[in-house]
Parts: sequence; structure tokens; C-alpha cells
Amino acid sequence: MTTTLTDAARENLEAGLEVKHQITSHLNPPPSYDVADHPLPVGREEIWRFTPIKRLRGLLDGEASDAELTWDTTLPDGVSLTRISTDEARELGELAPNDRPSALAVALAGGARLLDVPAETELDEPVVLRLTGQGADDLVWGHVVLRVGAFSKATIVLVHTGSARYAATTSVLVGDGAQVNVVSLQDWDDDAVHLGRDAILVGRDATVRHTSVSFGGDVVRMHANVEYAAPGGEAELLGLYFADAGQHLEHRLFADHNQPRTKSNVVYKGALQGQGAHTVWIGNVLIRKVAEGIETYEENRNLVLTDGCQADSVPNLEIETGEIEGAGHASATARFDDEQLFYLRSRGVSEKEARRLVLHGFFQDLIRKVGVPEIEERLTTTVEAELAKNVLKDLV
Amino acid sequence: MSTLEIKDLHVSVKTDDGPKEILKGVTLTIKDGETHAIMGPNGSGKSTLAYSVAGHPKYDITGGSVTLDGADVLAMTVDERARAGLFLAMQYPVEVPGVSVSNFLRTAKTALDGEAPKLRTWVKDVNAALQQLNLDPTFGQRSVNEGFSGGEKKRHEVAQLELLNPKVAILDETDSGLDIDALKIVSEGVNRFRAQEGKGVLLITHYTRILRYIEPDFVHVFVDGKIADQGGPELAEALEAEGYDKYLTKTAAV
Ligand SMILES: Nc1ncnc2c1ncn2[C@@H]1O[C@H](COP(=O)(O)OP(=O)(O)O)[C@@H](O)[C@H]1O
Ligand SMILES: [Mg+2]
Repeated sequence: MTTTLTDAARENLEAGLEVKHQITSHLNPPPSYDVADHPLPVGREEIWRFTPIKRLRGLLDGEASDAELTWDTTLPDGVSLTRISTDEARELGELAPNDRPSALAVALAGGARLLDVPAETELDEPVVLRLTGQGADDLVWGHVVLRVGAFSKATIVLVHTGSARYAATTSVLVGDGAQVNVVSLQDWDDDAVHLGRDAILVGRDATVRHTSVSFGGDVVRMHANVEYAAPGGEAELLGLYFADAGQHLEHRLFADHNQPRTKSNVVYKGALQGQGAHTVWIGNVLIRKVAEGIETYEENRNLVLTDGCQADSVPNLEIETGEIEGAGHASATARFDDEQLFYLRSRGVSEKEARRLVLHGFFQDLIRKVGVPEIEERLTTTVEAELAKNVLKDLV
Repeated sequence: MSTLEIKDLHVSVKTDDGPKEILKGVTLTIKDGETHAIMGPNGSGKSTLAYSVAGHPKYDITGGSVTLDGADVLAMTVDERARAGLFLAMQYPVEVPGVSVSNFLRTAKTALDGEAPKLRTWVKDVNAALQQLNLDPTFGQRSVNEGFSGGEKKRHEVAQLELLNPKVAILDETDSGLDIDALKIVSEGVNRFRAQEGKGVLLITHYTRILRYIEPDFVHVFVDGKIADQGGPELAEALEAEGYDKYLTKTAAV
């Protein structure tokens, strides 16, 4: 059948298609559950060019494995954790995988774990999921769905420790008007490999804060993707990382403004020290044609503490409409600021203590945005321990 | 007792065209309990003098000496100078994101005393100092200098002066950008400091206004990296009436 479209009709049709996510971003491959749509990368691909593929130790091959992380959980009243099938997870409306490891994770995990916070439930303590790997040789495929019903208020904390070769898709489905705070802490042993994709779907007028914190592991590559199910949603994506010698810590953000009057605010801060410490931050923001009246801001700051480190930082803003409220980004990679050190030292504080204080402040500035006192405390303690372990030891 | 003695101080900064001399032989002694005002036009090197005494790494000392009660200040690190009793209230205080004012003050006090202050009295002292400078009690939770108004920055510098209580304070244009109420509050803080036994003050300013509230014992006119004239408080009044013109033309003619 041949059809002729008038320009107006074509525009309408295209606008309709766009709402159904048919127009793809230049920044990411099209999402798909089909592993065949995500071929084995050679390393030159845009989404793989910063990642040390050889150090992924076969994770991308997609071998079957039924090893699991051990789960130790704190579930407040009203919250349930169950196992569902892969198909059931898909039917919940999660965002399809957009890279090979996240597609493999869904395909090979043999079903998902569903954490369910029913509608109109206000939790007064956080959900805590402690996931521990049994050893670096374990190959673990993970599929997790965090569902928070309409008008609920919940804080969900995932803590990763131990070691494994772990690839996981974590979907965060946020109901209309809900307020959700998700914190993912990657505090792995030195030999772990973690390829994670957190994909967040924000309901109408809902608010989500997602904080990704990476300290341990040999290679950690985390996605945080946001899409909006309806207008009026707000997402704040925070991140904090500290790479030591030889570590590769990569954070890939994607805020897809596919609905009008939505907001995204991205702030990631990292520190690097030691030979071969490598961090990557990719901040992709897509503002689609329908997304009028949106606001977006993204920022990445890296503090390089020694020679021999590399911090890659790439903000990308792709704009298809002119009708936006505000869009901006900032990226900076620097060493210690001499003026800050001078100011502190002029008050009698030793050089070492001044550096510790500046670093403490650099991270504290982000930690206090997390908005959950017990988690802020834990992060402060973790950062202080990291600073004591690494920074105080080596610096002057 | 505290005497700050600056002798024939020469200082240069690195530029793309090689070193540029900014201080061209400054000699100045602040004896026990004295307040000296340094007045001069913009760009004459006043801040360079202040920073050089405090030990800012940007400045190279090419000649002369600075001693505090006989001890060689120039041989000390920046923090050693502070622990020896020097304090610099900066013209442009530096932002330290994420470090709260109370954490900063406690860390500085601990470094200066070699031990942590007694918690109960310290908290009281901090609150009193902030209150006297008309700073909100929640001020302690804010990040150092981040988002402060110009006046808040200067009042915070003076709160530090009072809490850290050095032997000699250098105040670099602490009066600039203040309205009359803030100027009075800041001056009262400086006067409380110097009412103590033996405290030295080097008050750097562009204007005579603050000298109505903080009366100096000596006034030095600073032009082109040197002291061009000195006298008592009456010199400030002459400057108020005549400005710096006569000194500027004099240097230009040389
Ligand atoms: N990095 C630099 N390169 C060149 N000139 C400089 C540099 N830093 C300061 N100066 C010059 O030094 C002089 C003195 O500056 P400053 O001490 O700030 O003066 P004041 O505080 O009296 O206004 C000015 O002329 C300024 O331009
Ligand atoms: Mg100046």
C-alpha cells in the first residue's frame, strides 16, 4: 500500500512516534532486550571506548551462570521482596537494556527480584539491600526491580561488597507523585568487576534522587538512566567516586527528557590518586522535541591528587527543541587549589591537614545533598576512612 | 611582647616576561601594641606586602627580612607563621566548599593550640564571636565563604581574628565594600582585639573612612611598592583632603 502524507500529517505522526521513543538518541544505542542487538564490542565503539574491555574477564561473553550474590535485607513493614519471571519484570514497564551487559543480565539472570513499596506508603526507615559477592571467580547475572507505588515515600539503599564478576540491570519504577531516594554503594574488594545499569522511570510529578557511590572494585562501570513516564517529574542524579591506583571507575549518565516540564540535575564528584587510577564520567542529556519547558543541569568535578591518574569527563547535551527553561553543564578536573590551601594554612592548619580538609569538603558538599541523615553519616565515615587510608598516608 | 619588623623587603611575581618587582624595599616596624595604617592607591602593592608576610607561594622574596620577635618569618612555612602569631584578614577570602565554618574554626584553633579546644567553652566562644559580628547562629553550618555576601566575608575574617587571637594582625582592606553599619561592627571587633595587651595591627586600606573608628598610631603612604611618606593620624586627614595625587606625580616625575 502506498500512502501520501501531507507535511502536517507527517509532523503529527513524527511527534506521535517520538512519544513512543522511536526516535533514538545519537548518544546511546537503541534500547533492546535482544542480546543480538548488542554485539560484542571491540572497544572502539562510542559507549565502550573508555572501558578496559580486557579487564572485564569474560563478562561480555555471556556465559550462563546461576551463581548469585548473597542478599541480606532490612525491609520496613509494608515492603515486600519477591522473585518474578523475566517476562513479568518486562511487563512492569521497565526500560529496555541499552548495552550488552545489561541485556545479558536480563537474559541470563533467570528472573528478577522485585522490591515492592505499595502505593501511598510512607516509609520512615530506609530499605537496605546488602549484596555480597562470594569471590572474584563467581559470574553473577543480576536483575532487580525497585517499584515504588504512587504517592509513596521511600529510601532504598543497595550496598555491594565482597567480590564477583557482576552484571546487573536494576529498574527503578517510580509511581505518580512518589518521592524516592535510591543510593547505590559500590564498596567492592579490589578484584571485583561490576557492570551495572540503573534505569529509572519517573512518574507524573514524581521526584527521584539517585546517588551512586563507587569506592572499591577493579572495574566498575555504572549507568544511571532516566526517562519520564509523564510530565512534571524531577530527577536528581548524584555521584561520588574515589579511584585508587589501577582502578577503573566509570559512570555513565543519561537523562532522556522525553516529556514536557521535567527536570534533571546531575552532580558527580570524584577524586583520583595513584598510578593508573582512571575515572570516566559521561553525562548525556537529550531534550526531545516534545520536552518543552524542561530544566537540566549537569556537573562533574574531579580532583586529581597525584601524577599518573586520568579523569575523563564528557558532558553531552543534545537539544531538539528551543522551548526549554534552562540547560547547562560544567565539567572541571583540577589539582588542589593553591588558594584554598593557602587560606587554611594561613590559619595555622598544616599542609596535610589542609588537604584533608579540602577533600573532605569536596565530598561533603555532595554528601549533604543525599538527604538521608543515616546515609550521609555512613558516607562521611566511608569517605573519611578512604581519606585516612589513602590520602593521609601518601600526601606530604 | 610582639614586634613585627620588616626590613628592606623586595618582592617579585613571575610573569610571562620574567619576574616583575612589586615591592621595592619596604621597611616598617610594628612595635608592641601599635596600630599602623598603610594607605595607598590600587595596584601600589599593599596586598603583595600582606601576602608576602603571610607566605603566599605566588610571591618571591628577592631581598630583605621579616622577623616576629626576632624569629625569621621568611624561613617559616605558611602555617608556621600563623602558629608563630601572625594573622592575615584577606581582601578576598577564599571559598572552601563543603567545609563548614564551625569545622574550619575548630580545626584552626586546634592547629594553633596543639590540642582541641574544650568543647563546651569553645562552642560558647564561637557563638559569642559570631553574635558580636552580627552573624546568624546558623552561620557556623555554612561552607567557608561560599555564597557569603561581601560584608559577611569581612565579618567572618574578623570573627576569626577574635577567636584565633594572634599576636599581630594584618588586615587587608577589611573595610572595603562595607556599609556604615557593617564598618562599625567590624571596627568594634578589631578594637576589641587591640584593646588586649601588646597586640599589633597592620591596617591596610584605600580609604580614610575606617580610621575614624580604628585610630592608628602611625600612617604610612604606600606608592609603587614603597613607603612614600609617613606620619601620625594627621597624615590620614591630609590624604582625605588631598588624595594620593601629590605622591603619584612625584613618582611619575622621578
Ligand atoms: N601575577 C602578576 N603578574 C603581573 N603583575 C602582577 C601580578 N600579580 C600582581 N601584579 C601587580 O602587582 C601590583 C600590586 O598589586 P597588589 O599588591 O594587589 O596592589 P594593591 O593591593 O595595593 O591594590 C599591581 O600593579 C598588579 O598588577
Ligand atoms: Mg589589595
